[in-house]
Amino acid sequence: MELSTDMLSHFLLTGAALFVLGLIGFITRRNLIIMFLCTEMMFQGVVVSLVGFSQFHLNTTGQSFAIFVLTIAAAEAALALALVVLLYRHKHTLDAQAWSELRE
Amino acid sequence: MNIELVKWIPWLPALGAVVCAGVAFAPRRVRWIAAPVCVLSILIGFLITCGIAGGIGYEDGTHQTVTVFQWIHAGTFHADMAYFIDPLTVLMLMVVTGVGTLVAWYACGYMKGDPGYARFFAAVGLFIFAMATLVMADNLVLMYLGWEGVGLCSYLLIGFYYDKPSAVAAAKKAFIVNRVGDLGFAIGIFWTFTTYDTMRIPEIIAAAQAGGVPGADTANIWIPFLFMLGAFGKSAQLPLHVWLPDAMEGPTPVSALIHAATMVTAGVYMIARLSAVFALSPAALPTIAVVGALTAIMAATIAVAQYDIKRVFAYSTISQLGYMFLGLGVLSTYGAVFHLFTHAFFKALLFLTAGSVMHALVGQLDMRNMSGLRHKMPWTCWLMFVGCLALAGVPFFSGFFSKDVIIVAALDMGLMTGPQGQLEAATVTGRLFGPGTLYTTLAVVSIITAFITVFYTFRLWFRVFWGPEEYFTGDEHDVALDHLELHDTDDGDVKHITISHHHEPHEMPFWLMNAPLCVLAVGAVAAGWSFIGGDWVEQMVHGRAGASHGEHAEHAMIMGMSTHTFMMIVGPVLAVAGIWIAAVYHLWDRPSGTRRAMQYRHVAFLLHDKYYIDELYDRAIVRPLRALAHVFDALDRMLVNGLIVQLIGTVPGMIGRAVRPTQRGVLQDYGLAMLTGIAVIAVLLIMAKW
Repeated sequence: MELSTDMLSHFLLTGAALFVLGLIGFITRRNLIIMFLCTEMMFQGVVVSLVGFSQFHLNTTGQSFAIFVLTIAAAEAALALALVVLLYRHKHTLDAQAWSELRE
Repeated sequence: MNIELVKWIPWLPALGAVVCAGVAFAPRRVRWIAAPVCVLSILIGFLITCGIAGGIGYEDGTHQTVTVFQWIHAGTFHADMAYFIDPLTVLMLMVVTGVGTLVAWYACGYMKGDPGYARFFAAVGLFIFAMATLVMADNLVLMYLGWEGVGLCSYLLIGFYYDKPSAVAAAKKAFIVNRVGDLGFAIGIFWTFTTYDTMRIPEIIAAAQAGGVPGADTANIWIPFLFMLGAFGKSAQLPLHVWLPDAMEGPTPVSALIHAATMVTAGVYMIARLSAVFALSPAALPTIAVVGALTAIMAATIAVAQYDIKRVFAYSTISQLGYMFLGLGVLSTYGAVFHLFTHAFFKALLFLTAGSVMHALVGQLDMRNMSGLRHKMPWTCWLMFVGCLALAGVPFFSGFFSKDVIIVAALDMGLMTGPQGQLEAATVTGRLFGPGTLYTTLAVVSIITAFITVFYTFRLWFRVFWGPEEYFTGDEHDVALDHLELHDTDDGDVKHITISHHHEPHEMPFWLMNAPLCVLAVGAVAAGWSFIGGDWVEQMVHGRAGASHGEHAEHAMIMGMSTHTFMMIVGPVLAVAGIWIAAVYHLWDRPSGTRRAMQYRHVAFLLHDKYYIDELYDRAIVRPLRALAHVFDALDRMLVNGLIVQLIGTVPGMIGRAVRPTQRGVLQDYGLAMLTGIAVIAVLLIMAKW
């Protein structure tokens, strides 16, 4: 079923909303794990946009790329959480402010 | 002999110099090798020169060019490493390599024990390379290379005893005064290129002989003056003569080779080689003659009042160079080059015998502190006697013949110049005050100088070798005293110990030091007898490329006899008179000499202090320059460094301080920065789409 342009814009708006919320969360929050969760949300926003475009163009390109994105998100989750664990071991806190010595 | 062999004449000594430089880092046991390497490389050069001497043409202007490699080719500017062989070159090469070999041979013994033994021979090898290049140069750029090279080696060798402040100062002075002349030479070369559009000497000479480049009148007039400036600097003429006496700080072989026989004659050679160019400027040659004659008499008068035996000979060299320039100026290139040839022999001989005296007396040079040495040093005494006779122009010794040519040429110019300045036939009886008065005056000046020359030469000889035997040794510990060396087994260096006892002067070892002097003495006597071989010196000089045919063979008449005969009578008279007066004041009745000096002591002080020319230069040039340097230093520190540099230096600091607050160490700032960047790009893209 082909999407009309109106329906497409709904999809894109949802995706954009998810992305922006994730972005704001990433910038504003201080907890490392919450920051990571927000990046995941950004990923999901992108996935929604991709799926919407796939339905609009009536091919599976977008959807198959969405699968890729999910895979990458999973891999990144593994890496990121491993890093968070290591960082926690150094400072015994999940606060990103603890690392603010990296400055002039 | 294949003429391509001439390539080795400069390059073998250069190679030898590299070897000597390498050897300088070797332990002392090995260092002796530097000497034979150097001597052999120059000797081979001499043998090659003799070999090709037979094969070159003696007709006017025939020459051959040997190219080693192509160097600079830029449009019409061609300067190759090429050698130009004509009879004049061969003559100069014989002087350079021949006297060079003998002096290097002497230096083997003289420099023994000196820690810088290998360094000395490296510098001498480099010098021979540069001098040979200068003399053989096919183009002006190569000649300038050799010119600068000999100046550099002169600097290195004068400042050889580099921990002596006076030697270092003398080396600097020599180089700087030379530089002044070199500036003139360089500008002359530039101008020559723009005028003649070529750098090659044979082409320049050919163009000049054909009357020069049409329309280049200013160039034709002024280029010789610029070249002249270079020659005056290199050959120590007034006003650029001040470096040569100070150059005596160097070791005596250096004084003999560089400041008597070869380097200082480079100026004479250059003018002889480019005589066709000089002939194009009517005022150039008279200027050279005047400066030459003035320098000759000035230096001779100063030599009369010097006590340092090397200084006497240094001023004598300046004076004899003045004679050579006088010869050039009166169109007697033959006389000038002939005198160069004979002077090389007898002046080198004189310097080296003076060096023997100095060596024997452990560094003593003041003739007031030595007397009656002839019993202790008979060989040196009589060898120097030969040199003195040659310098004084005693008949049948070489100096007589060469000086004779120059003075006769001056007299001829003076007496034979017609109202329009042209040379008239010899049948015109001599007018003492005609249009040629200038030259007649110069001839008289040079005759007076010859008399003074005899006087100061024999003053020195009588003082040093005759009279009661008494001497005070000097205190130069670099002089080797073989029986007092202690060998340090670690690095093989010799430790010297201070001697305070009265060291007996003794004769120099024969084969090492006196043998080369004997060869030089033979030259000093016989070099003037060139008429034996059919006047080969004259043929060589007149057979050079660019020789003009204005050098006349007829002589003017003076007092009813030809000028040639006139000088044949005047010459010996002067010599006898000079020796007699020197004997009166310095041999038979020394106190009367002292009384005379006291009587005219103001003149004596003036002469001894070199007419205060050095002081004049110090007040007029050195001190103002130094003050100017202080001004510039203050400007540099306050304005350039203080204001500008530091001002510009604070700007990055200010920028940094402004930007620093963005680096808070907060992790998410990076994400924010990325976001900002993307937003900006997106806005730009959307605006572009519209």
